[in-house]
Amino acid sequence: MTTLTVPSGAKPQTPAAIAFDNLAALESEAIHIFREVAGEFDRPVILFSGGKDSTLLLHLAIKAFWPAPVPFPLLHVDTGHNFDEVIAFRDHVVEKHGLRLVVAKVQDWIDDGRLEERADGMRNPLQTTPLLDTIAENKFDAVFGGGRRDEERARAKERIFSLRNSFGQWEPRRQRPELWNLYNGRHRPGEQVRVFPLSNWTEADVWNYIAREKVELPSIYYAHQREVYQRDGMWLTEGPWGGPRADEQVQELSVRYRTVGDGSCTGAIESTAVTVADVIAEVSASRLTERGATRADDRMSEAAMEDRKREGYF
Amino acid sequence: MSSLLRLATAGSVDDGKSTLVGRLLYDTKSVLADQLDAVTRASVDKGLSTPDLSLLVDGLRSEREQGITIDVAYRYFATPRRSFVLADTPGHVQYTRNTVTGASTAQLAVLLVDARKGVVEQTRRHAAVLALLGVPRLVLAVNKIDLVDYDEETFSVIAKEFTAHAESLGYEHGSVVTIPVSALEGDNVATSSERTPWYDGPALLEHLETVPVAPDPHEAAFRFPVQYVIRPRTPEHLDYRGYAGQIAAGTVRPGDEIVVLPAGLRSTVERIDTADGPLDEAGAGTSVTLLLADDLDISRGDLIAVADRQPRVTDELTATLCWLSSKQLKPGARVLVKHGTRTVQANVTELTARFDEQTLSSVDDPESLDLNDIGRVELYLAEPLGVDDYTDSPRTGAFLVIDPKDGDTLAAGLVGERFP
Repeated sequence: MTTLTVPSGAKPQTPAAIAFDNLAALESEAIHIFREVAGEFDRPVILFSGGKDSTLLLHLAIKAFWPAPVPFPLLHVDTGHNFDEVIAFRDHVVEKHGLRLVVAKVQDWIDDGRLEERADGMRNPLQTTPLLDTIAENKFDAVFGGGRRDEERARAKERIFSLRNSFGQWEPRRQRPELWNLYNGRHRPGEQVRVFPLSNWTEADVWNYIAREKVELPSIYYAHQREVYQRDGMWLTEGPWGGPRADEQVQELSVRYRTVGDGSCTGAIESTAVTVADVIAEVSASRLTERGATRADDRMSEAAMEDRKREGYF
Repeated sequence: MSSLLRLATAGSVDDGKSTLVGRLLYDTKSVLADQLDAVTRASVDKGLSTPDLSLLVDGLRSEREQGITIDVAYRYFATPRRSFVLADTPGHVQYTRNTVTGASTAQLAVLLVDARKGVVEQTRRHAAVLALLGVPRLVLAVNKIDLVDYDEETFSVIAKEFTAHAESLGYEHGSVVTIPVSALEGDNVATSSERTPWYDGPALLEHLETVPVAPDPHEAAFRFPVQYVIRPRTPEHLDYRGYAGQIAAGTVRPGDEIVVLPAGLRSTVERIDTADGPLDEAGAGTSVTLLLADDLDISRGDLIAVADRQPRVTDELTATLCWLSSKQLKPGARVLVKHGTRTVQANVTELTARFDEQTLSSVDDPESLDLNDIGRVELYLAEPLGVDDYTDSPRTGAFLVIDPKDGDTLAAGLVGERFP
């Protein structure tokens, strides 16, 4: 739940309290980006998975339009391999803020033959088609994502306003120059613009801001006891993605998740961090990136992320 | 609370920019074990004996294949004193437009030269672009100092030549710092090197951590492009009408007299609202919502300014363009101008000059502007805009030139006669 407490008749803040630190600058930039899109596009949508980045995205959107409601619906591409806690959190947030949620279920595409299950059972790579189909069907012209440039080398090349062709494809050599804070959202019918308000945030910024704003997250971001088994060096949890296999030993560990995605390829890390402060301490001491540690789909090749973005993924 | 410094790199191809950026990331422990593993693996595949740090930043398949940087990338690193957003720009002549992109938001630029080659054409061109866009501070990193045996004489010749060039572009003494570095060996990058005992200045990172981040001059006139009108129409906020935007320049307080342009309507600021409560005062860069004393007809695209220091409202502009497109600009072209939150149609009536970065002189009445050219033009606008000269107020003196046919960004525009 993104808790926004706005006391009526709040005491005006002193100039010292609004000193422009790093997080204030990032917040201001993200709010500016949300308002630009609201001003220039007809049918924007926020991609929302219930993970920490999209929860932060929604928190910033609420602040950008306060006291009016967020003028965009949410879109969740549901792989069918989700963590129950995350789906419950998603529905809770939608209800609390009176938002409209569009869900594209990968299972529906598999059931009617538009997609085929992969041999390795991963469904993250299968999200692209349902995403593009749903964008086209709803005529969404701007799609907000929680992507950050610090996540991955190919993401570091991404613009804040990223033009995609009518196939949803990214063409890195043909990106528009992005100057000052003047974002060019012009696009032809069928083209869309992906928008990344968190572009300039790092994982540490995200957690520090979550601490400062007391943003509530799904419980699995904090340490808890869970039955897990090891596969490809990652701690996976039992679920509809097939596991554990006969040779995979289940054990109960204290774990938490650093990223939340498809359960078939998102691993837990061993952790005792139960508070935001614990997590900040743990993340700053970690010698692994959040994706390097727990996301199998980014390990498939040297340019896995770039290749998927060229296909239309985020 | 740490501050944020936005910086850009610039320089000619193969002068080691990616290696320097990789080194900064590595030495500030911004590179984690799995990223370094990936780079080490790729370096071994290429037959190298030490990790090639440039692979940390060249993120695209074709960049790694060619060993060059093609597109601007943004990097993040932090020290206990400051957080950094670094726009890492390519050096190839055909990608000068990415230097313009990086420079448009930079508070400082690090220009690299190869100590063996010294100041070259591309160095002068990039310095001119940085001066044109008003990047307040420059660092010249004289790289590969190890390859000239850490020679003081070589460094001081380059430093003198560059400083003189920067001063001819308008940089004041003190806003340009020159540092001898070896990105490959790490000399004077994160820590001062013992191999340059003759150099008594700061290492690059120390300079970046301590250089003052030029605040918006307090006396700048208040400018606020209206982005979006907030009208909740909910039972609790039936009559709420707020004008949302990011302050482009200056400071605002409740009670300030303002004018709404281009219409020229006047009112007073009643409240400065945010989701965290009202503010006593807000300055440049802050996203806020203004509530005014009078019920006026204001919408996205209007510019709110302080009443006693207004921008000029005009439908004719003299401007400098950095032409960023491979489509040629000819007199008579119809374009779109995006200024603040307003986009208007415009006609490029005249090309009056083209700037030559080599000779720092200009050519009158050129026939066209081509990719990477800097030129002065006359624009006739379909609707008037409230503008400032870029020199006085960069955010309200800047605009985009957009192709109305396909929406491509054609040029970075700066209001005024300004050449470097």
